[in-house]
Amino acid sequence: MTIRVSEADRAPSFQKAALPLLEDAQLRKNVRHATDVIQRKRGIVVGETSDWQDLRSAGSAIKTHTMRHLDHYLEQFEKACTAAGGQVHWASDADEANRIIVGLVRQYGGTEAIKIKTMTSEEIGLNEALEREGIRAWETDLAEIIVQLGRDRSSHIVVPALHKSRVQVRDIFRERMNLPELSDKPEELTAAARRYLREKFLRVGIGISGANFLVAETGSVCIVESEGNGRMCLTLPRVLISIAGIEKIIPRFQDIEVFLQTLPRSATGERMNPYNSLWTGVHAGDGPEHFHVVLLDNGRTGILADEEARQTLNCIRCGACLNTCPVYRQTSGLAYGSSYSGPIGAIVTPQLLQMQHGQSLPYASSLCGACYEVCPVKINIPEVLIHLRGRVVREQKSALDPEALAMKTAAAIFTSRARFEAAQRLGRIAQWPLVTHGWMRNLPGMLGNWTRVRDLRALPPQTFREWWKQRGKSGTSAGPAAPLRSARRIAEDPSHG
Amino acid sequence: MRISLFITCYNDTLFPATGQAVVRLLERLGHTVEFDAEQTCCGQMHYNTGYQREAMPLMRRFVDIYKDAEAVCVPSSSCVAMMRDHYPKMAAETGDAGLARRVEELLPRVYELTELLVHRLGMEDVGAYFPHRVTYHASCHSQRSLHLGDLPLRLLRKVRGIDLVDLPNIDRCCGFGGTFAIKMGDVSAAMLGDKMKDVENTGAEVVTAVDTSCLMHIFGGLHRARAGVRMAHIAEILAPTESDAEAEEAGA
Repeated sequence: MTIRVSEADRAPSFQKAALPLLEDAQLRKNVRHATDVIQRKRGIVVGETSDWQDLRSAGSAIKTHTMRHLDHYLEQFEKACTAAGGQVHWASDADEANRIIVGLVRQYGGTEAIKIKTMTSEEIGLNEALEREGIRAWETDLAEIIVQLGRDRSSHIVVPALHKSRVQVRDIFRERMNLPELSDKPEELTAAARRYLREKFLRVGIGISGANFLVAETGSVCIVESEGNGRMCLTLPRVLISIAGIEKIIPRFQDIEVFLQTLPRSATGERMNPYNSLWTGVHAGDGPEHFHVVLLDNGRTGILADEEARQTLNCIRCGACLNTCPVYRQTSGLAYGSSYSGPIGAIVTPQLLQMQHGQSLPYASSLCGACYEVCPVKINIPEVLIHLRGRVVREQKSALDPEALAMKTAAAIFTSRARFEAAQRLGRIAQWPLVTHGWMRNLPGMLGNWTRVRDLRALPPQTFREWWKQRGKSGTSAGPAAPLRSARRIAEDPSHG
Repeated sequence: MRISLFITCYNDTLFPATGQAVVRLLERLGHTVEFDAEQTCCGQMHYNTGYQREAMPLMRRFVDIYKDAEAVCVPSSSCVAMMRDHYPKMAAETGDAGLARRVEELLPRVYELTELLVHRLGMEDVGAYFPHRVTYHASCHSQRSLHLGDLPLRLLRKVRGIDLVDLPNIDRCCGFGGTFAIKMGDVSAAMLGDKMKDVENTGAEVVTAVDTSCLMHIFGGLHRARAGVRMAHIAEILAPTESDAEAEEAGA
């Protein structure tokens, strides 16, 4: 089995990939603006609900239950979907899924396909696989068109071109659609995309989609979207192929009710998506004549097997954790080297890749907890990040790794009062060549990462415990009153930190 | 009340003034402060960086030292978050039922400083005097793990002479994140840049928080920029009184 997640196996580490992005003032401005707008809208529509926390709990309960009985619900889905005239295919990895889809397109005599935005197809590199076989894949989601025509990468799981400004989009359209006069007015840009798309909707006979939800009980597939281009892909072509990770299953039709409240609010700050498509098998004279579902594993059963990280699979791909993440906000999704970015990407990508790649990603978080707070299915992302850091340390780090050595030394120091106090004294002596006027501005080794942008106060002449001990010796049982850094000294004395 | 102080490793070593202010404040309010010198570190740095095995003996150590304490005061929300969020699970993993029970019994008696003051001691006005323009940084653990809400602000609003100004984007991380600041230095610096702008825009002389660790990071950046803004743990604002200021004037 060869598990692949977009190009994550070849991607540079997060800290390396972040560098050029941090230099890109235009990108950072675009990302700040877009995430601020979505967050503000989300805040309003979430605030309107009286039962938001209950909805989160319900979503979490449904997903947690489903993951415990995933085998059962997958088989139930296959049975129901088949009975309704659909055909279900099982793919253990990216290559197998691509082979199945290429085979289906060929089987129906297709040379091109129109696509609804699907992160799963980006995960398996479907477009590239189709192109290699001479099959042209046309993205139809506006943001995906921008990414495809701009030969760019997705920077967000819901809003893939979030890192591009309107002017940048105009330039891509001007060049790639051959419209030199195009302005950056939203109406003109969408009209250009409309003309570009209409002709393809009417011509191309094969549609490829992802899935937001697969309903086990009925064999139905659900997709929510904002533009209506997806609806075109789902209804116009003769053949529809939907690819979905096995975790997209929910047990009952009525479970959709919970997610259709939480997903649009979390994803785009809307009470309801403008287009909610739900279909079950095929119907003569209505919609596609042939319908196929490809169920993808590609590392997911590995995540399912890890009890502490299993909640990762509860994700409904709303992107709320990206928008609120202070790290994502600085770098965009392009630093995560994967179709899945932000806090959820930082736990999904390395796990899908069995911790063989993307080991820097669990560290791409300050553990601030904002992601957990907004997650509509209550995935405790910080907890999973810490768990994965533990796996990186235990499974990947050699005992001679400088960080591992430093951490083990620190642990040895902290487990003994004598060693701790000796280390405090030693630090005070050893720091002298590094201290200028009471401050350290240029530390060696790993700590140099601290002093590149921050000063560090020199270790004070007396630790708290030394002061306490000295205080106990002098005078009454309670000792003299503790000294104070006076208000004036805090506010004025430049030598004090 | 008999209050056991867990000063935390970094306050002990780097910021003794924080601990001295806690002692001053609690004694001024009529309580007895105890300090057990066997204490070292809660294990947060190890645990959060992936060295969970190394954190285990530090959890045991903490429980052994404080198992009989009436109340434990910790002037750091992130260390308290470490205990509340992770100690129960860590103890369960050892398979030692006695340890798990001791953790469960101890945790309700562990308080972050402002929790101790407001929830346990029922105080908001601690009689403090701090005549300066101050802005309060709400650390991530204080907000999203301890859910302190406006507890620290309620205490600060009652301080005489204080000019308390709201920090914009108060819910956003400053970019410290423990070893994150080292491992992801450039991203951390970008986050710090945003926070420094917000702090400077308030015109505050002093930035405060319930965590000296975030302050070490924010103030480290402000000091590098020669921004003329100081840091003070919240205890250092709640400890001084008007008579301290008079004494200082007289001595000066």
